Amino acid sequence: MKKRILSLLSALVMAAALLPVTALAAGTGIDTSVLDMNYYGRYKDKGYSISVYNCGEYISDGADGGLDVNKAFEEVTGIRVIYSNYDTNESMYAKLKTGGAVYDIVVPSDYMISRMIAEGMLQKPDMSNIPNLKNIDEKYLYQSYDPTNEYSVPYTWGVLGLIYNTKMVEDEAVVASWGALWSEAYMDNILMINNSKDAFGITFAYLGLPINAESTEQVDKAVVLLKEQKKVIQAYVADEVFDKMIGGEAAMAPYYNGDAVTMIADNPDLAFSIPVEGSNLFTDCLCIPKESQKRELAEMYINFMLEPEVGLANTEAIGYSTPNTKVYELLDEETKSDPTAYPDEESLAHCGYYTYIGPELSLYIDSKWAEVLTADEKYSAMIMPMFLGACVAGIIALNIVRATRRKREE
Amino acid sequence: MKFRFSSVPYIVWSAIFVVVPLILVAVFGLSTTKGEFTFANVAKVSDYTAVFVRSIWLSLVATAICLVIAYPLGFIMSRYDANNQRLLVMLVMLPMWTNFLLRTYAWMTLLENNGVINSILEVFGMGPFKMIYTQGAVVLGMVYNYLPFMVIPLYSIMTKIEPYTLEAAGDLGANPWNTFTRVVLPLSVPGITTGITMVFVPSVSTFIISRMLGGGSNMMVGDLIETQFLGNAYNPNLGSAISLVLMVFILLVMSLMNQFEDNDDRGGMLI
Amino acid sequence: MKWYAKLYTRLIFIFLYLPIIVLIIFSFNESKSRAHWAGFSFHWYRELFHNELILSSLRNTLIIALASSVIALVLGTMAAVGIYAMRRKWFKSLIMNITYLPILNPEIVTGVSMLLLFVSFGNGIQKFNSWIGGTALSFLQLPEMQLGFVTLIIAHVTFCTPYVILNVLPKLRQMDRFTFEAAQDLGCSPKLAFYKVVIPEIMPGMVSGFLMAFTYSLDDFVISYFVSSASSQTLPVTIFSMVRKRVSPEVNALTAIIFVVVLVLLLFSNYYSARKEKQMMRKEGPAV
Repeated sequence: MKKRILSLLSALVMAAALLPVTALAAGTGIDTSVLDMNYYGRYKDKGYSISVYNCGEYISDGADGGLDVNKAFEEVTGIRVIYSNYDTNESMYAKLKTGGAVYDIVVPSDYMISRMIAEGMLQKPDMSNIPNLKNIDEKYLYQSYDPTNEYSVPYTWGVLGLIYNTKMVEDEAVVASWGALWSEAYMDNILMINNSKDAFGITFAYLGLPINAESTEQVDKAVVLLKEQKKVIQAYVADEVFDKMIGGEAAMAPYYNGDAVTMIADNPDLAFSIPVEGSNLFTDCLCIPKESQKRELAEMYINFMLEPEVGLANTEAIGYSTPNTKVYELLDEETKSDPTAYPDEESLAHCGYYTYIGPELSLYIDSKWAEVLTADEKYSAMIMPMFLGACVAGIIALNIVRATRRKREE
Repeated sequence: MKFRFSSVPYIVWSAIFVVVPLILVAVFGLSTTKGEFTFANVAKVSDYTAVFVRSIWLSLVATAICLVIAYPLGFIMSRYDANNQRLLVMLVMLPMWTNFLLRTYAWMTLLENNGVINSILEVFGMGPFKMIYTQGAVVLGMVYNYLPFMVIPLYSIMTKIEPYTLEAAGDLGANPWNTFTRVVLPLSVPGITTGITMVFVPSVSTFIISRMLGGGSNMMVGDLIETQFLGNAYNPNLGSAISLVLMVFILLVMSLMNQFEDNDDRGGMLI
Repeated sequence: MKWYAKLYTRLIFIFLYLPIIVLIIFSFNESKSRAHWAGFSFHWYRELFHNELILSSLRNTLIIALASSVIALVLGTMAAVGIYAMRRKWFKSLIMNITYLPILNPEIVTGVSMLLLFVSFGNGIQKFNSWIGGTALSFLQLPEMQLGFVTLIIAHVTFCTPYVILNVLPKLRQMDRFTFEAAQDLGCSPKLAFYKVVIPEIMPGMVSGFLMAFTYSLDDFVISYFVSSASSQTLPVTIFSMVRKRVSPEVNALTAIIFVVVLVLLLFSNYYSARKEKQMMRKEGPAV
């Protein structure tokens, strides 16, 4: 019987292994007439590939009839794209720092860019190889995280705010303040963001402190509030927020405006607010890690992402706002005037970028965040050593008992 | 036989890929980022005592529930005829062929506030109950995922208990309860210890179940280790120290368990 | 069987299969969200065959599972024979303890330790290359170590081999030592005797060891998660990156297909062996 399963299994494996990966590949429908094919055709038929490490659902992938950007890039340039996802800046950083895997493109946010520059983890692209850089709005270049603008090319920008369900939160005044996230009226109906940076940023803003921590005392003040908040929180979430908010599982959650656009499209009961205390304004940029050996291919990929047609597909698919003027012009009026996607200057007045706050304070914040998530009970630090000691003692005792018993039997 | 040396490739392999990596865990756990020797990481693990206690407690509960559920099932299965036995074993194993992440994800769909179970309860005018993001949900996830690991060893040990043995016990005047405590239970001890090991170890070190069903605030040791290596808190040295403590804990518990199984013919179970 | 025993068994099977049924039902959901039921459709089954990420992960998974279980089978069988023939007791029990390590150790610790090994090894190679690079020996530069197929296969072989060993060893112990000697007395060379006598005896153990190794390799997430990279993601790793956000229903469709295939396979083999048993019984006459 086993033999039979075995042969069937191996037949199955063979069949699947022979399954061509590019099965059913069809043209992506990208309009190549407006592209500089001399530029993009340089590496055709060389069998090159690049490895792109991007945030989850952060590109137009051809779902819902949009352009499959990576496939289009393959079609236009003949360079294969190996695409994979991470869920936070920090996990991307960890993967790069650990080494082992080499990526040619990553998409970090502002504060992470300054950190990676400081730690020598990025290389400088040759900006003259990225002609489409001229499409980027000046006001997103030369920012505090990359003052000389040598390392990063803006991909999207956005702001952290509160996404809420209008069926459950009827009074808009409630969500005009970050205080909503501490409100007992919404006990068990609040989702909190599971990311130390934003969780502390929100708390700092709520307390009227600068959103970038300046001292451990400032962090400690926030910790008290975050621990207090635990009792009203349903769960700490990252990207799970999509399913939760769309499914009406919770009343409110702090998240980014670009994702709010996507969620509102799926569930019209949802709305977005930027609390008056101010919040975090961010840009996510395309960067090339130090270890990449394929700088020129990566530059080509970056340039491709800045093409108006590609940028439009991306911004429409992911909902994040574009820093690309050519793309902005192509948007329909409804999107341009959408206060969620393109909030006015006034509501962004108190918002600011995160910056890298140095290794000591970052580590301190991380350990405090772990404490917020874990420590609702306090135990003596001696429990584990004592338990391990008891195990050792138990093993020794049992062995002695057994040895003596055996001796007696003899 | 002159085949003594055929195990050389395996010995070399496991020296490089089993022993050396574990030594590396110890080395990393006992050194600073600059490579100097330190006990600081191991000492810092005590800050996370709450996480350890919670992990151990939840997985003990899950293991106990698994044992209680699986014991009768294993016995019932072993009393069927050969054909049905095969079918039942197959049915127990079959869920393991679907990806365990997806099975856990399906539980999310079931347990949510507007999920399948609450929707059904609503029809009967009950609920909604808060089920997801509780410790109960985490325990449920463990029981669900690791139940087959408890059933199979129990079943296979119980197939070795002949029906005649039970009849003999009855003929000699034992009531069903005595038959159970004096005959079935002692004979099934090896199955129980194997089952407990196979459920407890993956439960105590899981990081997926707690994250998906526990909602982030029910952090477990596995989560802690994962965030040190591939997550937000990036600190491999601390992560190694936590792994080291976890490993020592599990190996000690395991060898303690093995002491109860008074069996000299083990061919080298740990210690 | 008493009725309550049957009821109990059924209840447990409902518990075991409930999530899988939910999964399969939602693979027919028109909408992407798992919160709403938008109508029945085969949409995601069609999409599945266009989703390169899922298909290539599936291919990676199968290749890695096959490669590592074959390597584990050879390595493990050789090891088992060697361990069986070992004389020194302390050495034997040392090897057995090391064999139990990957099984008893929590997966996450194994994953982490492998990650540390590969990364340290990679750093070592880099240092070696830059050290040797300037000299006349620069042709000795080693290829860079990266996480990928090779590391995945190494990791999988490492945790699969013990299962093969533990399945083969009992068969060796059950074997009659004298048949092997008898075969040699009858003129077989030790090698031939091994293939003619020993291998058939331990075959069932090898097969079940191989199957176990294959299954564990297919289903492994934790260890693969630590030692894989973008170009070599296995299906479970891909699914994990989806589970964090929204599982695309194509994965549900794939799971439904795998589930049905395995179910049919197992039912078939079950039916087949039941029939064979009946034939045997008929041949030998009914057991009284």
